[in-house]
Amino acid sequence: MTTSGPGQTYGGSSVGGGPTFQSTVDDSREAAVASMLPEEQTAKLVTEVREDLAVFDGIVEKAREIIARYPQSRSALLPMLHLVQSVQGYVSQAGIQFCARELDLAAAEVSAVATFYTMYKRKPCGEHLVSVCTNTLCAAMGGDAIYKTLREHLGENGKPLGHEETVGTPGERGSITLEHAECLAACDLAPVLQVNYEFYDNQTEESAVELVDALRRGERPAPTRGAPLTDFKDASLQLAGFFDRESDVDGPSAATETLRGAQLANDRGWTAPAMPSNVAFPDLDKK
Amino acid sequence: MSTPDPVTPVLTKRWLSPRSWSIQTYEQLEGYTALRKALTATPEQLVQVVKDSGLRGRGGAGFPAGLKWSFMPPNEDKPHYLVINADEGEPGTCKDIPLMMADPHSLIEGCVIASYAMRSHHCFIYVRGEVLHCIRRLNQAVKEAKAAGYLGTNILGSGYDLEITVHAGAGAYICGEETALLDSLEGRRGQPRLKPPFPAAAGLYAAPTTVNNVETIASVPYIINGGSEWFRKMGTEKSPGPKIYSISGHVEKPGQYEAPLGTTLRQLLELAGGMKDGIPLKFWTPGGSSTPMFTAEHLDVPLDFEGAAEAGSMLGTTAVQVFNETVSVPWAVMKWTQFYKHESCGKCTPCREGTYWLTQILERMVDGNGTESDIDTLLDICDNVLGRSFCALGDGAVSPITSGIQYFRDEFLALCEKNRKPALAGASR
Repeated sequence: MTTSGPGQTYGGSSVGGGPTFQSTVDDSREAAVASMLPEEQTAKLVTEVREDLAVFDGIVEKAREIIARYPQSRSALLPMLHLVQSVQGYVSQAGIQFCARELDLAAAEVSAVATFYTMYKRKPCGEHLVSVCTNTLCAAMGGDAIYKTLREHLGENGKPLGHEETVGTPGERGSITLEHAECLAACDLAPVLQVNYEFYDNQTEESAVELVDALRRGERPAPTRGAPLTDFKDASLQLAGFFDRESDVDGPSAATETLRGAQLANDRGWTAPAMPSNVAFPDLDKK
Repeated sequence: MSTPDPVTPVLTKRWLSPRSWSIQTYEQLEGYTALRKALTATPEQLVQVVKDSGLRGRGGAGFPAGLKWSFMPPNEDKPHYLVINADEGEPGTCKDIPLMMADPHSLIEGCVIASYAMRSHHCFIYVRGEVLHCIRRLNQAVKEAKAAGYLGTNILGSGYDLEITVHAGAGAYICGEETALLDSLEGRRGQPRLKPPFPAAAGLYAAPTTVNNVETIASVPYIINGGSEWFRKMGTEKSPGPKIYSISGHVEKPGQYEAPLGTTLRQLLELAGGMKDGIPLKFWTPGGSSTPMFTAEHLDVPLDFEGAAEAGSMLGTTAVQVFNETVSVPWAVMKWTQFYKHESCGKCTPCREGTYWLTQILERMVDGNGTESDIDTLLDICDNVLGRSFCALGDGAVSPITSGIQYFRDEFLALCEKNRKPALAGASR
């Protein structure tokens, strides 16, 4: 990530090259006097830092496509933050400024939104995001134990991996960010975990360890329900509404649990009452 | 009237079919016939059918759907919007996601009919972000429906136009609250709005808006085809229709069971093969963690809106989470409270501060460092959160605590036993 003080240009862009309001009035020096922080850090806080947005050149078209889906442009912000994550694997300061530029918002407005939602990551994510449900039901069925085991298994030097911490180097194959998640709406398949938001159902400590080991080796085991596994950035692109592979739609979803009621009815010959044919609409004039 | 079968697949009837999510399968199994029929009626007639059917909101609150639709203004001074709440995240709830994965076209068809009835030309499906496969299926269904002429301009030659936008959320339970959902859909932090004005008066972009749950809208095509009297053959007088009961936890066969409203836990357990390994039932939620818990005493409570309420809980989302005797109630309550604390949006003080303190006290108790007075403190804080929060999240947050203490006070007390002070010096000798 490129960060820079006022007055500099970088990446061949002239954005941020001119004097900013802050640098003109030079209130940074004034603030430094009263600040507890070292001068350099204080300057960073009170000076607007313009990031190089060239990294997002490839998604400008897509950003505008998202905006076109909505009657008002600001509605595009959530999908656009997913889009930004598809480039960098997290929402960086540059990502925030990119969204602000495209939507004509203040960076602070975008920042306020990005920090509200769990799925926007503030540090670079690994190739894969592994989310373990530890809400009450999954936890009681083994989710807490799975999360604890994965933390220890993926930790290094005797230190368990923490929530939203990464093992391996983000951007490199086999890197994993681990998190505990709230209810993932798959309680009948508890305990569940997700990799890049694809479902791995009915997990055990052993199966979860096997799964992350395979991911660490660069393999991509198929989810129980979902499309063939890709990576966190690709999943983010799909969350922004861009689906390149039509065959993904046919990835499995019909878990035994999902179909249990329908199957039972089928086996026993149970049905809903038969529908009468040609039911007329109520005649409102008569009322 | 004859009693319906124990399982009544309506919404779930196509789920067993191969590629049930494709438009080909959907069309082969009466798909989009209700839309053709609905387009021959007036919007007022459609609202009346839904009113007559007695369909009540399936998202938890149970508000009559037809009545909600009738709040939309008859004029079109401003654009009207239909927003589908597919932000399924209430702990235990897992019905809408499988529905949208298995049969997305039933939701799309419902959306077109409901939008037509409410004079809306743009419908949004706000689906939680963590369910990528479901989002994929929805997007594909919209694309297929559009190509087939069920969406877009001049739908089936009727002159009616509708666009559907599938919108992925980003991980915030609070966005299941309808006004927080609208703020989120406008690209803001998902925080609830003060009501009134209600969404029908000033919703999305301050325009007339109806927010409905997935299962509610997916029920509409069947009501159009079968009529209100057919729908009322299932369920009870005030809670008619079939409902997807999601049974999870310590049962032999957890899963989705679509049964008439008013089915009891005893009946559901029979369907689900009984308690897992025969270990007895201890506590359960009728409709997610925000509905006060029940115990083995409540096996015969009819699970409809009235029955659950009369027994001191709520029907909620019919997310039946079953826990056996091996699970500690204070621990379960602590876990749920941690969830509410994490998901409290921070807008109002009772919920933001209340969930924070409740969590700390419960964690202390579960760690074995609590005292008896902590129970009173918990109840006192709950009293200050319930009904005093901006939205229902606060009310939901106190449900596990107050009901947990109501039925299992001894278990909370047992956690404090070793911290009991001796009554008098020397008395404990």
